[in-house]
Amino acid sequence: MPDRPAIWNFLLGRLSLSSLPLDNTILVWTFVVVALGGAALLATITYYRKWGYLWHEWFTSVDHKRLGVMYMVLGTVMLLRGFADAIMMRSQQAVAFGSNMGYLPPHHYDQIFTAHGAIMIFFVAMPYIAGFMNFVMPLQIGARDVAFPFLNNFSFWLTVAGVVLFMTSLFIGDFSHAGWLGMPPVSELKQSPGPGVDYYIWGLQLSGLGTLLTGINFVVTVVKMRAPGMTLMKMPMFSWTTLCTSGLIVVTFPILTATLFLLSLDRYLGTHFFTNGFGGNVMMYVNLIWVWGHPEVYILILPMFGLYSEIVPTFSGKRLFGYSSMVYATASIMILSYLVWLHHFFTMGSGADVNSFFALTTMLISIPTGAKIFNWLFTMYRGRVRFDVPMLWTMGFLFTFTIGGMTGVMLSVAPADFLLHNSLFLVAHFHNVIIGGVVFGVFAGINYWFPKAFGFRLDEFWGKMSFWFWQIGFWVAFGPLYVLGLMGVTRRLSHFTDPSLQIWFIIAAFGAFLILLGILSFVMQIYVSIRRRDQLAVGNDPWGGRTLEWSTSSPPPPYNFAFIPMVHERDAWTDMKKHGYQRPLEGFNAIHMPKNTGTGVVLAALGTVFGFAMVWYIWWLAVVSFVALIAVAIVHTFNYDRDGHISAEEVSQFEHTGNWEPKAQGATA
Amino acid sequence: MLLLPALMLSGCNLVLLNPAGDVARQQSDLMIASVILISLIIVPVLIAIGVIAWRYRASNERADYDADWDHSTKLELVVWAAPLLIIVMLGAMTWIGAHQLDPYRPLTRISAGHPVAANAQPLEVEVVSLDWKWLFFYPKYGIATVNELAAPINMPIHFKLTSTTMMNSFFIPSLAGQIYTMPGMQTVLHAVINKPGNYKGFSSNYSGHGFTDMRFRFLGMSQQDFSRWVAKVRAGGSDLDRKAFDQLSKPSRAVPVHYYAHVDADLYHHILNRCVDPGQVCMDKIMAIDANSIRAAHGSDADKALSGNPSMTAPAHDAATN
Ligand code: HEM
Ligand SMILES: [Cu+2]
Repeated sequence: MPDRPAIWNFLLGRLSLSSLPLDNTILVWTFVVVALGGAALLATITYYRKWGYLWHEWFTSVDHKRLGVMYMVLGTVMLLRGFADAIMMRSQQAVAFGSNMGYLPPHHYDQIFTAHGAIMIFFVAMPYIAGFMNFVMPLQIGARDVAFPFLNNFSFWLTVAGVVLFMTSLFIGDFSHAGWLGMPPVSELKQSPGPGVDYYIWGLQLSGLGTLLTGINFVVTVVKMRAPGMTLMKMPMFSWTTLCTSGLIVVTFPILTATLFLLSLDRYLGTHFFTNGFGGNVMMYVNLIWVWGHPEVYILILPMFGLYSEIVPTFSGKRLFGYSSMVYATASIMILSYLVWLHHFFTMGSGADVNSFFALTTMLISIPTGAKIFNWLFTMYRGRVRFDVPMLWTMGFLFTFTIGGMTGVMLSVAPADFLLHNSLFLVAHFHNVIIGGVVFGVFAGINYWFPKAFGFRLDEFWGKMSFWFWQIGFWVAFGPLYVLGLMGVTRRLSHFTDPSLQIWFIIAAFGAFLILLGILSFVMQIYVSIRRRDQLAVGNDPWGGRTLEWSTSSPPPPYNFAFIPMVHERDAWTDMKKHGYQRPLEGFNAIHMPKNTGTGVVLAALGTVFGFAMVWYIWWLAVVSFVALIAVAIVHTFNYDRDGHISAEEVSQFEHTGNWEPKAQGATA
Repeated sequence: MLLLPALMLSGCNLVLLNPAGDVARQQSDLMIASVILISLIIVPVLIAIGVIAWRYRASNERADYDADWDHSTKLELVVWAAPLLIIVMLGAMTWIGAHQLDPYRPLTRISAGHPVAANAQPLEVEVVSLDWKWLFFYPKYGIATVNELAAPINMPIHFKLTSTTMMNSFFIPSLAGQIYTMPGMQTVLHAVINKPGNYKGFSSNYSGHGFTDMRFRFLGMSQQDFSRWVAKVRAGGSDLDRKAFDQLSKPSRAVPVHYYAHVDADLYHHILNRCVDPGQVCMDKIMAIDANSIRAAHGSDADKALSGNPSMTAPAHDAATN
């Protein structure tokens, strides 16, 4: 506690002026830029009087499509933050050789790789997949919304709450330096007395709860709300992967919550779950966190597999090859992903039998994964493949991910992992699969479904620029890391003595610069497309889609479908088109929809305050915000005014708008 | 274009592919074998991606097109069987390799074709990772060193490893794969160095702010040179008792090499059992007391229960079941 009158310590906990990192010029300038940018944004919104619109139409919306879009925006904003961290690490490692210590001292560098990893996983990749699942899945299964629309809104704002805490740590206090998994002993109170690890814990507790609720919501939605006739084996692949991923979330996120909770008990109450003495055991944390952590990477990749399984058939003009084997592959990956966690620490000293077991289960996963790759190839085989931007990203994925899979199998060979563990080879490998699999998938998906969400296509030229910069940039940035790994260089180093390594780090930094151009091209693509939206306008089905989301207008009406479709075939929309489907233009009924509510925002805001209070030991505020949170939640259960109706006339109006046909000559389907 | 990386690669030292110790050598061979094995399937797939994409591009009207072709039992069989076949082979290789190269298993060979002599005594080294430096005990010689490790070539080395506060990983890429060091626990590594040289060693598991500088040199030398090195340590070294150890164990970074000529005999045991401070009871003692009281309370059943959990019966607890 700072040295000052007791009342201040009561009011502010351990927060004081010296918590502001004023001595760190990088952070001060970041703050200035963020503050100016933020102020400009707020001023613009105020100037155009958009607050009411944002609040009523977006923030309080329980519409899965709106929430999906908000998740995508969140993911993109945080991608910029996470990438800024990456650029800082890359530039530090490119110069910090010999007597040159670079510009980031270890205590700062260590926070940056922690923040980069945690943000990229929790606040880039997770929001992106939540965004896709939100936007696409209910449309694909012919539903009007998810099972629990309010919960869905609440989940989103909980994710934002986590982001807010993470971002606050930049300017008030500091952030964890214990790596993206918060490993003890580094994350224990003794080694990390500051607020950093607490920011990490509470940020992840809030957003993790949001993710868990999303998982529950989507499992129920897929199981209970499919259109009549859509049996499980007629369900589109993306919805299948949504189901499997949500299942994984439901079973694994509680483990993360519990593990972090035990860590916070160690830190707040002096228990000894993971400490060195008094019966605590670090190995317990390592096991627990990876029991969650490995399924987590499949939580990220499975929806992407689903997304590619939609894109490949669409752009090949052909049914997905081996649908049922794809389903079984997905399901077996889901189950196997529970049985491999120990491959993250073969070198912790378990015996040969244990290591062999986990090596074999890990290798087993590559069988269904390999089967998937073959099935995509056979889908293209005897097809008419159009290389529009979504398909280009998919090709980039097939190529990159396959190579990443190969290095992954190398790592699973337990004896070889004794050499490769913790090396830059490993770092190259997981970026290879996570960028090649998840990030490329995100861009494929954005280019694919953007027209559905907004009624116009994304600009092709900038799309291709972005694609090529990312492809080349990826290999230039991470190829050298494979080499460095084989030279025996480990991860998380902020300074080097061996000058012969430097050239490789310089190349890697150049690669990161190319990726930067790729990201800027993407931003440019969005900007240009908005400017040219009239030329790029499309109808309901710009790509010759095969699943139900393409049967409704672009953007879809709030209720998605005026009449819930009847499903007879796997590719329901292709089937409808084949049978000369005519959209009904009359005979509409009023549709019952849930009402928007601001409760999710309020609850998440209280959660943020609670987290902040816990981080800074402001106990009174923690109690007050927690009680308020519970109270608001209970009061909300008495809110019976939740239903709205869209009258038949309004439905008719929606169904007669121009969102169905291209406004100009856009579509080529 | 392709030549440039090749040229650059030839200029640098890919130590993981060309190590100087037999254990690392075998691990590396396994790595290379696994690459070759996986390439059997990966290379055709990579080629197929390109060929299929090109052949079935929309503008190629001559390629056949079959919009409804979505199933072929034969192909499905191939699709699942081909990776399975590779994995069976790789799995067998891994299983055997993991057992042969288990770090706990005493060496049976010095290098290919040279078994360990029946009466050979391994060099015993006790390793402690401190914040943020390495301490090496040579119990047979009664000496210790900081951030410098030496061993005669072609002699098996038996490492016992522990840590004071953090979790580190002891790694000399030229010698053998890494192994974690953890406070209150002991891990084991068997290895041998086959060529004289001055090699890099370091911690490869992040352990806080001084981690970057947690490097040491590993010297492989002839038997005569090693004896000379021991004499040098004896001649130039100071004393390492509990007090000196307290001083040493304070966090420090980029610590220069230091020699200790005299070492308290059971210092390593006290570090491992977390009782260097005279006031603390050693963990092995606590566990023995616990085990006895359980035995007293539950009679013979307790033995069965206890034997299920090696860390409770084993006096110096190994890191895990082994
Ligand atoms: C876009 C280009 C990216 C670049 C240039 C980049 C660069 C880096 C660098 C330099 C490191 C630290 C390596 C070290 O410790 O020595 C790192 C670590 C990491 N990155 Fe990335 N990264 C990128 C994208 C991503 C993405 C998209 C994700 C996940 C979705 C990701 C997840 C991680 C994780 C989990 C770590 C480990 C952090 C830790 O050590 O605790 N990265 N990355
Ligand atoms: Cu894993």
